Amino acid sequence: MNTTRILHRNQTATTVVRYGLMSLLALIFLFPIVFMVISSLKPDLQIMQDSSSFRAFLPVGDISFDNYAETFVRAPTGRFIFNSILTTALTVVLGLLVNSMAGFSLAIPRWRGRGLVLTLIIATLIVPFETIAIPLLLIVSRLPTIGLDGITQGWLNTYHVQVIPFVANAFSIFLFVQFFKSLPQELVEAARIDGASWFQIFANVMVPLSGPVFATVTILTFLPMWNAYLWPIMVVQIEEFRPVMVGLQYFFQLNVAWGEVMAYLTIITLPVLVMFLALQRAFIESIASTGIKG
Amino acid sequence: MTALDTSARTQANHTHDQSGQSARFWESLAGWLMASPAITLLLLFMIVPFIMAFGLAFTNQRLISPNPTEFVGLRNFERLLTVRLLVLQPVVDPATGVAVLDEEGQTTYPAVRTYTRNNPEYPQFDGLQEWTTWSWGDDKLVWLAGDAVFMKSLFNTLFFTVVVVPLQGSLGLLLALIINQRTAGVNIFRTIYFMPVVVSMVVVSILWRFIYDGQNGLLNNILGAVTLGNFQPVDWLGNPSTAMWAVIGMSIWQAVGFHMVIWLAGLQTIPGVLYEAAAVEGAGAWDQFVHVTWPGLRNTAVFILVTITMAAFGLFTQINVMTRGGPLDSTTTLVFQAVQKGFEKQDIAYGSAISVVFFALVLVVALIQRFVTREQGE
Repeated sequence: MNTTRILHRNQTATTVVRYGLMSLLALIFLFPIVFMVISSLKPDLQIMQDSSSFRAFLPVGDISFDNYAETFVRAPTGRFIFNSILTTALTVVLGLLVNSMAGFSLAIPRWRGRGLVLTLIIATLIVPFETIAIPLLLIVSRLPTIGLDGITQGWLNTYHVQVIPFVANAFSIFLFVQFFKSLPQELVEAARIDGASWFQIFANVMVPLSGPVFATVTILTFLPMWNAYLWPIMVVQIEEFRPVMVGLQYFFQLNVAWGEVMAYLTIITLPVLVMFLALQRAFIESIASTGIKG
Repeated sequence: MTALDTSARTQANHTHDQSGQSARFWESLAGWLMASPAITLLLLFMIVPFIMAFGLAFTNQRLISPNPTEFVGLRNFERLLTVRLLVLQPVVDPATGVAVLDEEGQTTYPAVRTYTRNNPEYPQFDGLQEWTTWSWGDDKLVWLAGDAVFMKSLFNTLFFTVVVVPLQGSLGLLLALIINQRTAGVNIFRTIYFMPVVVSMVVVSILWRFIYDGQNGLLNNILGAVTLGNFQPVDWLGNPSTAMWAVIGMSIWQAVGFHMVIWLAGLQTIPGVLYEAAAVEGAGAWDQFVHVTWPGLRNTAVFILVTITMAAFGLFTQINVMTRGGPLDSTTTLVFQAVQKGFEKQDIAYGSAISVVFFALVLVVALIQRFVTREQGE
């Protein structure tokens, strides 16, 4: 503490030390990601050789996109990406619809049991997914699927098993309730007098004002869905329906080609990182909003 | 006459309130209808499986089985939670009364399996597994458990939590304090520190497997370079004494940016006037932290400790990708065991019993949080 006090008298020294420290920390947080992107451009042998020097973090030597081309040969990478985009997009869109309606219903119209339902929904927030995963596996393995070929038993190895259990989300509902309650209630009364139905009030009055909460819920649904792992490894055993994180297993069968692994990791990570960097304020605020619920 | 009177009055009231009552009816109906998709889905995929976890834990349910499911009472929990102590005394030669030594001159002990395999004199040890062994003078204290791997999972999970919670919480606060300045470029650093949070834990685990590699790993190479070659390479994930620490280091690296952001939000609620007043009174940086910053962060601190604890209890992805519980069960965890038993071995009942134990831990933490925040509120 003495050192800090002495430094405090000297503004320039403090600034230099602070920026030095911040930069060192930045290196610690960045180096694995930089290493991933750089290695994805190199042949395996060079990755191994470079790992003992600073060259591991520099795009030098035999640089090419060969590993990227190879990832699509070794595994149905395109299919995995399509599957993840589909299940993520469906969950986000259906989730926004179902949860915003529920949030509106629990915030604005008055009906018997509303308080109880809201309390129950908030109470489920302390139940971690890991607690219900095993019984849920049993449930979905017994549910009927109605398809083109009639009714089959079990939801295993489908798209909807990756989507439907995650559409309704207690925390999203909670965020919508909070937001709708914060809007001026005169808007609702005015619309009532004009003869608008409750659904019209929701769709035409509230939703157009709710951009921020829709953005937050989108980000909070998108990230865990794109990164989903525990649930898909249990319910999807065939490659046709596998999402990107489970598809990674293909690169660890037989001999591991690290260059291809790094290329695959980059392919599935870079879109998220680019989105994060483009919308970083929204991302950070959304994720931080999970911290304000207490 | 009176009856007619009442009926007439009701009639009048009815006409008067008709519009109001029907409006209230439509309001209720709209409310129920708009909430019902979410309620149905939450019931089916959240509440029902949650209740089922408790029910299934008392059965022998399997994912696929030709036999009907049976109620087995507490059998699953007995197997999970039975712990017994077996004290082994050195083997003594009955003729001389001297301890029998092995070829290397070490004291010998009777084999544990002579107690746990069909020994009618020790029915309480029957079928138990060796969990861990301590030395006590010349004696050996052998802890036996109904399911030794589960006990290891429970203790590994608690160990991980006890280390990660204070470490990640304080590092997050440190980052927040460093970054909580109005100087140029601070936003860039905040973004960089936060970046690993949006990267999938699966991706992070694979990357760190490479970093922790015993031969070409970046960590060994960096440590070798820093110590000018005086560092002996370590197989971080392949060694039972370092594997859990390696998982801890990586987990903190991935998640600490999240807690930094929450600490930052907490810091920004503290009025600047308080710092100005403290500065006028001549308080140094440390005094300001102790008397202004820390008291203002109490709620944030409780929230952060609870969220890290809950996340730490759920440790799974890193384990499944990096170590599969090994080496020698040194990194196996509760959720990893629940998935191993419930999914890979298809023993839904036993996996559910593990989930119930897991939830009990979560509930204890949630109740402690309730207690701490309520006490503060009054």
